[in-house]
Amino acid sequence: MSDALKKTVQEAFNEPGCATNRAKSAEARKKGCAKPLTPGAAAGGCAFDGAMITLQPIVDVAHLVHAPLACGGNSWDNRGSASSGSMLYKTGFTTDLTELDIVMGKGEAKLYAAIREIVETHAPPAVFVYATCVTAMIGDDIAAVCKAATEAFGTPAIPVDVPGYAGSKNLGCKLAGEMMYRHVIGTVEPERMTDCDINIIGDYNLNGELWQIKPLLDRLGIRIIGSLSADARYRQVAVMHRARVTMLVCSHALIGLARKMEDSWGIPFFEGSFYGISDTSEALRTMCRMLVERGAAEDLMDRCEALIAEEEAKARAALAPYRPRVEGRRVLLYTGGHKSWSVVSALQELGIEVVGTSVRKATETDKARVIRIMGDETHMYENMAPKDMYATLKAAKADILMSGARSQFVALKARTPWIDVNQEKHEPYAGYMGMVDLVRAIDRSVNNPVWEDVRRPAPWDGPGDAPRPATGLRPAAAPEDPAPGPVNDPKDFEDC
Amino acid sequence: MARLTRPRRALSTNPLKSSAPLGAAMAYLGIEGAVPLFHGAQGCTAFAMVHMVRHFKEAIPLQTTAMNEVSTILGGAEQIEEAIANIRKRAHPRFIGIASTALTETRGEDVPGELREVLARRRDFGDLKVVYASTPDFEGAMEDGWAAAVTAIVEALVPETDPQQRNTDSRQVNVLPSACVTPAEIEEIDRLIRAFGLTPIFLPDLSTALDGHLAEDWSGRSLGGTRLDDIPAMARSAATFAIGESMQGAARLLGARGGMPVQVFPSLTGLRAVDGFVRALMALAGTADAPPAIRRDRARLQDAMLDAHFQTGGLRYAIAADPDLAYALSSALAGMGAEAVAVVTTSGTNPIVELIPAEEAVLGDLGDLEAGARKAGAGLLIAHAHGRHAAQALGLPLLRAGFPINDRLGAQDICRVGYRGTRAFLFEVANAVLSHPHDAARPEDFGAAPIEPEFEHDRPQTAPH
Repeated sequence: MSDALKKTVQEAFNEPGCATNRAKSAEARKKGCAKPLTPGAAAGGCAFDGAMITLQPIVDVAHLVHAPLACGGNSWDNRGSASSGSMLYKTGFTTDLTELDIVMGKGEAKLYAAIREIVETHAPPAVFVYATCVTAMIGDDIAAVCKAATEAFGTPAIPVDVPGYAGSKNLGCKLAGEMMYRHVIGTVEPERMTDCDINIIGDYNLNGELWQIKPLLDRLGIRIIGSLSADARYRQVAVMHRARVTMLVCSHALIGLARKMEDSWGIPFFEGSFYGISDTSEALRTMCRMLVERGAAEDLMDRCEALIAEEEAKARAALAPYRPRVEGRRVLLYTGGHKSWSVVSALQELGIEVVGTSVRKATETDKARVIRIMGDETHMYENMAPKDMYATLKAAKADILMSGARSQFVALKARTPWIDVNQEKHEPYAGYMGMVDLVRAIDRSVNNPVWEDVRRPAPWDGPGDAPRPATGLRPAAAPEDPAPGPVNDPKDFEDC
Repeated sequence: MARLTRPRRALSTNPLKSSAPLGAAMAYLGIEGAVPLFHGAQGCTAFAMVHMVRHFKEAIPLQTTAMNEVSTILGGAEQIEEAIANIRKRAHPRFIGIASTALTETRGEDVPGELREVLARRRDFGDLKVVYASTPDFEGAMEDGWAAAVTAIVEALVPETDPQQRNTDSRQVNVLPSACVTPAEIEEIDRLIRAFGLTPIFLPDLSTALDGHLAEDWSGRSLGGTRLDDIPAMARSAATFAIGESMQGAARLLGARGGMPVQVFPSLTGLRAVDGFVRALMALAGTADAPPAIRRDRARLQDAMLDAHFQTGGLRYAIAADPDLAYALSSALAGMGAEAVAVVTTSGTNPIVELIPAEEAVLGDLGDLEAGARKAGAGLLIAHAHGRHAAQALGLPLLRAGFPINDRLGAQDICRVGYRGTRAFLFEVANAVLSHPHDAARPEDFGAAPIEPEFEHDRPQTAPH
């Protein structure tokens, strides 16, 4: 690891905004929170992965991976961040380094040429260049190449110096925020500013989740001026320093960025979630209150309350018909962070029993909330090995698993309904309408007759069901006398 | 016959290739009770695993040595040892297949040497078969990684046999399928071989491992595959068949180990290709006849060829795939009068590229496919699922072939080999062409003046039928 990168990582862990960090001793704080990985028992992405998923939803930027094929080639085009405009972010760009490039030390020259080819072909507002293990190891100075390319081609080339071996995915998200702080935020001034301009950090507009929230903000006259990185344009990242308030969504990783922006430009931030009914209301309330504190019109608060009352009533009315279809079902939640609790209360309201929730990646505050909602700690667990999860589901201690795609097959192989609530999901579940969609998904899944069929024993495995009565089948007709004459002559049908 | 060109440029736009270690991992998954292990950073494994999960819609037990900055500098032998110990504890595998990555290869570790030491020292690993293949990401494609893994398995697990002492089973035949052969295709090849009274041993065998079946228990290992006991027994087979030119090396090594004849079939798609295979089976079985089912399949293929030739004759299409697959599909289509107007492939080491029926094959990406298809006015694209962006941009139908197919279900069930598979493939192509809406012809298209407006009925036109 280069000294510069080492310093960046050190700084990233010196995070006063982080509650977990504040609780540690000075000594422990220095070590950071990256746990060493266990060979043969590690899972998940690397730091490069984290940086890429954080920044890739910036839709008009060309994201160029400086690496041998696998880093870019095995990972492009696999996230569901939606764009309302440019589709350039969906294009996979890589320098596809070959053995010859590495041996001959041609990495930097190839990178420079690749940036030029992108600028000439696509004319993006910026090119983000991602370092990876191999290119960092052979000592390619991507910062220098980016600097030279920016000067030569007149398009900003932004170095994202986060090679995979630097650490976990979470660290990569953190460092991606740091790279934006250093190279992008504050480099452009917006054309106009309002008292209700906000930043949203840590949302990625997966399957359009941001658009489930945006109508609410539109009605309140709140403008998303800066975004990292839901449906973001490059300029929306560059002008983030002019927002009045920052909302930090679901992202422990980017808290460092939010705090730095508060220090540098005096933008206060709050952590909020758009999952679940009460959380959505709470987030809107806090956002409006903070905007008013910073000079927005006083009536914003009243309009916000009116909106909340209207939307909550609408959501509850929409949920009511589902109650009899989902009541009494037992859910096992295996997710992380604030999602450990944010949907729990909404599910409980519908009579769904939450038998357990994981508190991986959750803060102390998150955990306290779980205890408050669920009574005690017995329903809380850290990691669950697939084997144990399979056994739990097989023993039918839960009717539904709600988790990320990683556990999908554990549930399906245990013949248990599974609902995707993580990043790869195909349905948006944000805000009031998202909660209704989530419950509809639960209904659709648990009440599907397929479960009965996949659990049915095979004909050779015991009696199973009694043979079905042949209802609907007509009794076999007595064979008719063969029709005489030429009726069945195939020639008759030739012209059909 | 295709001339291989390498575009002079620094940028790859929309990669076509999947990496070599991924290919190796997939091959390892075709061995019973296996856990593949990547020697590299955590991300190398995560990306490959997600990629395979999305294609097969199955849990993929892929593990990592989780190299960090310290082990990257000091060497990863300890990481490998620890990984094997941990995997044994957690998943109780019978076989661990290791694949290197760009990270460890750039560092230049002597993994085989270190592994030998580890296995000699750790007596408790004795019941476990460990195989290592060198598969840097910066060299070759999925196909090459797969072939390297199979070669490594043969090298490690098939004993050298003295031809004098050989106890040949005259009805047993080894089959080494290349990376592009799907689980359903293995099944079809198996059926063909057994129809002649022969018994095949497939290495690897995805047809029992990644065919998508519901098992009775949760296992952190592969769900099936070539039985470990069958691998040394391959030395006794009467012959070794390779499906796909990329398996040439592995097949030669296996042939040498068992002192048996080797035959490489570059493709089993297309009438002539299948005829060649059937002829070889007849020779091996010592018969001049084929069973009725096979005869019927062939007759049905011939009929299908006649039905489909209206759509395939003169069809201009663009194809992007690993060399073996690109050759198999394009050679079958050439036999049907279709012309490959743009060919993009991934690996320059497979000599079969030169036999692809096209003027030029570009060693490139899906950006090349899009540009080539646009320039040549192609009417159909054949590529893996990521080709959908090009198909959308060009307004063309896309026939999905290769890896990954992550936006459709049933990738494991695609069968385009044998008489039956070829028939299905020709129907797929013809139907893709038929489904593509064409604008209705207008007089102007032929240079004729449009009908005078005074003859037109002046009511607003409703949708025509």
